[in-house]
Amino acid sequence: MDTQKETFKEEAQELLIKIEAALLELEENPEDMGQVDRAFRAMHTIKGSGAMFGFDDITDFAHKLETVFDLLRDGKADITRDLISLALKACDQIKGMLEGSEDRAESHRIIISLSDMFPEFKGFDHDHEAPPESIPEERRGSEKTYRIIFRPDRCILKNGTSPINLLNELRELGECDVTAHPDTIPLLKDYDHEACYLYWDIVLTADKGINEIKDVFIFVEDHSEIKIEIIDEGDDVSVGVETKRLGEILVDRGDVTPEKLMTALNTQKRLGEILVEEKIVSNSRVGAALREQQHMRRTREKIWKTAQTSSVRVPAERLDALVDLVGELVTVQARLTQKATVDDDPDLTSIAEDVEKLTNGLRDNTMSIRMVQIGSTFTAFRRLLRDLSKDLEKDVVLETEGGETELDKTVIDRLNDPMVHIIRNCIDHGIETPDIREASGKPKTGTIRLSAEHSGAHVIIRISDDGAGLDSETIRKKAIQNNVIASDAELSKKELFELIFAPGFSTAKKVTDVSGRGVGLDVVKRNVDALRGSVEVTSKKGEGATVILKLPLTLAIIEGLLVRLGSDKYVMPLSSVEECVELTKAESEKVQGRDILNVRDEIVPYVRLRKTFEIDGDPPGIEHVVITRVNGDRVGFVVDSVIGGHQTVIKPLGRGMKQSEDISGATILGDGTVALILDIDKLIQEQLEPVH
Amino acid sequence: MMSKTIMVVDDSSSVRQMMSFTLENAGYEVVEAEDGRDALKKLGDSRINMIVTDLNMPNVNGFELIRSVRSKSKYKYIPIVVLTTEFHDAKKKESKDAGATGWITKPFKPDQLIGVIKKVIPN
Repeated sequence: MDTQKETFKEEAQELLIKIEAALLELEENPEDMGQVDRAFRAMHTIKGSGAMFGFDDITDFAHKLETVFDLLRDGKADITRDLISLALKACDQIKGMLEGSEDRAESHRIIISLSDMFPEFKGFDHDHEAPPESIPEERRGSEKTYRIIFRPDRCILKNGTSPINLLNELRELGECDVTAHPDTIPLLKDYDHEACYLYWDIVLTADKGINEIKDVFIFVEDHSEIKIEIIDEGDDVSVGVETKRLGEILVDRGDVTPEKLMTALNTQKRLGEILVEEKIVSNSRVGAALREQQHMRRTREKIWKTAQTSSVRVPAERLDALVDLVGELVTVQARLTQKATVDDDPDLTSIAEDVEKLTNGLRDNTMSIRMVQIGSTFTAFRRLLRDLSKDLEKDVVLETEGGETELDKTVIDRLNDPMVHIIRNCIDHGIETPDIREASGKPKTGTIRLSAEHSGAHVIIRISDDGAGLDSETIRKKAIQNNVIASDAELSKKELFELIFAPGFSTAKKVTDVSGRGVGLDVVKRNVDALRGSVEVTSKKGEGATVILKLPLTLAIIEGLLVRLGSDKYVMPLSSVEECVELTKAESEKVQGRDILNVRDEIVPYVRLRKTFEIDGDPPGIEHVVITRVNGDRVGFVVDSVIGGHQTVIKPLGRGMKQSEDISGATILGDGTVALILDIDKLIQEQLEPVH
Repeated sequence: MMSKTIMVVDDSSSVRQMMSFTLENAGYEVVEAEDGRDALKKLGDSRINMIVTDLNMPNVNGFELIRSVRSKSKYKYIPIVVLTTEFHDAKKKESKDAGATGWITKPFKPDQLIGVIKKVIPN
């Protein structure tokens, strides 16, 4: 490139000499228009190549001089001595620019003088061609289907354009169906062999924006007829593989009017044949429409297939067995790694590392096999909703969101009953009858929304209705009446709402078939707890209620952080851990006995696990705080030391330990000892709530 | 696949050099001509697949060159791309009427040049 820049400079110098010569000649001979032309062309070349080699200042300046010469050439201005000297000065200026030694102020002066001389020059500074508009990058991704009609100019071949190239270019963009229409080809005696008589209908499915398709025709768009429309956005899987009928497509394309189509349909033959026989459309047009139909069907089928990826059905027990085995393998692998570390044997260590890698891969794969989209569960509720709303004479629609969220199969299976209970309650107690709804200014039809989303190692499922909402006073009275709470108990709204999940609680005015037997929501809580999840309800009276279920992604294996407390080891789920910091004695005394910590100017409360678990002995001089984030709050847990990450195969605790709420399970470590898994959510609730 | 030959017509040797360099790097053979007259002379004895030409040139200018090329039966359908500094519709139309296939607006980057070439003479 540098040598080319040099060439440009040399060339520009030569051209400037030519311009000078022409200008001097003009001074003698002002009538010699050939000289003006020569100067113009030389300036034009300087401008053109200057731009190519990045000499923008020269291009700018040369453009202005070029305009001057153009005016002279067209006889719109007279050649004067002053003008010639100014032009010569300008040439010197360009020379300076080429050498990089120009005086910028001088360029400006020359231009000012020029615009003084040429009134038509005013506003000249704004005269540059506008930079090509930058077209915003189009959003890519989903495949769209386009219908393209390309009727080239008869003379297209004479301009050296090959329509075949254009069609091939389209084919490279995506899946393409082309129909050529030969119906405009004349009889041989009228045939001009240089003309292009054919025209084409193209159906194209590509992940390209419409501008990219227009670009294909950029050189021919002025003379040819080109029509590009989107006929399928490709983002709607729900339409399935159904495509439009032939008649509909023909009407869509404007080839037939609906009336003519109806007349043709009434004669009861194959539509295409009839239309052709009746000479309403040509054979090739019907062919093009049919091809469009086929193209659409294929595209839809493809989308459909990706949505319903081929699968193998496997009994769930086999999967469970596989997960159990992988769990055992992970445990054994931990033992192997431990042994290798203790023995300090390089060969064994390298084998242990390989085994670890493979085990992790196997674990991830096995876990992903068990992941199922929650969408099918959502869909199953549609029927339930329909039947229930009919029984209860209520008008309810179901909306779902996040159906693609994946959850462990076991979790989904065990979630079904709780969700049925909640939805029943929504329809029975939540959604009002249509006349009550209308009276309170709500749409007659009630809505129940199911949504699912990921949040760390959890999935949040929300079931909301736009019904009457919960009435905290009614709940309170009912709870006192049913001996769920004492008559003088002071409870917050949130706590009152939670009472609906308490055993033996029912607020239904009468017992219905659907719910209100007092069994129901307490079952929900029990089931969700068993899944290591949590349930919460929010509500605004008159506007509806939302039940929020928070569930772990998986029940079998989690990433954990292994910590030490005294002689025991504990596992904290890594998904809720944010960071670990040190806590010295001095620091903990600084805050005068309050259990708070300053982490980068943020106050973080912490829990002393030694205290919680009543561990004897003195803590080490430097303790560690594991900072977790739960429900948006940062809370620290003080431990003796942090050992590191640990693949945690969750083993349920025996019946005897069921009452210990802070512990969600146990795991076996590499050395064969047992570590307890801490339930961070519960710990925070228990430890911090009394403080608030 | 035999490599394609492109004729580059421009009175600026730096522009010719830049185009030759770009095209040869992309695997094309290049024939350079310094103006329309030179181009017509060189067309006679070579096998050219495409022409890229400037419009403003001494002796025989771009428009005249296109019209002469189109009148030869051998090059009646050859793709011809013009180089223009102004992207005016008038210039575009004038060159189209003369028989140009497409255009490239100066200044252009090597990629843009190759893009247009590939479009007009695909492999």
